[in-house]
Amino acid sequence: MSATTKRLLLLLPTLIAFALGMFLYQGIGQDPNKMESSLIGQPLPNFNGQTLLSPSRTVTQVDMLGQPALINVWATWCPTCRAEHEFLVGIAKQDNVRIFGVNYHDQRTAAQQWLQELGNPYVFSVFDPKGVLGIDLGVVGAPETYLIDAKGVVIDKLIGELNDRTWPPLRTKYLSLLEETN
Amino acid sequence: MFKSVLTSVLFCLASLASLGLPLAQADIKSYEFAEPEMAQRFVDLTTVLRCPKCQNQNLADSGSIIAQDLRKQVQTLINAGQTDRQITDFMVQRYGEFILYDPPFNKATLVLWLAPFGMVLIGLWALWFFGRKTHTQGAMLTPSEQQKLDQLLADNQNPSRD
Repeated sequence: MSATTKRLLLLLPTLIAFALGMFLYQGIGQDPNKMESSLIGQPLPNFNGQTLLSPSRTVTQVDMLGQPALINVWATWCPTCRAEHEFLVGIAKQDNVRIFGVNYHDQRTAAQQWLQELGNPYVFSVFDPKGVLGIDLGVVGAPETYLIDAKGVVIDKLIGELNDRTWPPLRTKYLSLLEETN
Repeated sequence: MFKSVLTSVLFCLASLASLGLPLAQADIKSYEFAEPEMAQRFVDLTTVLRCPKCQNQNLADSGSIIAQDLRKQVQTLINAGQTDRQITDFMVQRYGEFILYDPPFNKATLVLWLAPFGMVLIGLWALWFFGRKTHTQGAMLTPSEQQKLDQLLADNQNPSRD
């Protein structure tokens, strides 16, 4: 064995330790909330629930099909939901984005009043006071926003506030889905 | 002044401790099961399932809304006669493998599981490799070198005096 090979071999453990260090380092600082939703690529779960506004009206996942849409999980006890509400009203009105709501762990009267005061961007909101639909959707907390295509397949999911920083990438996907549908 | 602050802090801690413990116990007991061994399975499952919201707590420990919901879900599924495997599958389907505190061995976790063994193997190999080198070097004197060494040793033992 030549001297050069010997020296290179001496370096080998250092190199391996360095590579491992780099591999672990890239994990540091990553947002632990940024989890891949296991629902992405899957069709919406079956559900059957009342709408927030009228208890006598029941809706299912079929009522959300036909066009690409957003499903927004919200509640009156959630400050971030209040922060994003105006933005939702804006894109529903100006850009004609179809948005369905899931009213999550909330009280009906408080939620109805909230929509009356702040505006209602939703085609309808499913009333989910016990988080049953929430579990099937894999909801972790409010707010969360799902993008579905016309067939109800979940394309993307945003945990946290929808605003002019987080909406554009979703919007691009939404628009291309819209084009496919029409 | 300092003493009164200290007293009130201690008082707060004491009342928190007295409140916290019975509450936590009452929480587990409020879940009812058809058979007694199901309660043990409930405790085991909520210990190995992670709360998706709070991340560093399991379902049993966390007080967040989602953890409460999922505890109820586990209870419902146990009472419905589902196996532990079916229940963890149910959770993974919705929340991903993230929800398991004990991640399964697959492509994504391969490095995680194998790296420690790999490092130990590399260490052992290095010990053997570099250890072996020094021995062979010692035995590799050419005959003329060996003669020279013997000469030197002999000189050292009988130093000549000029």
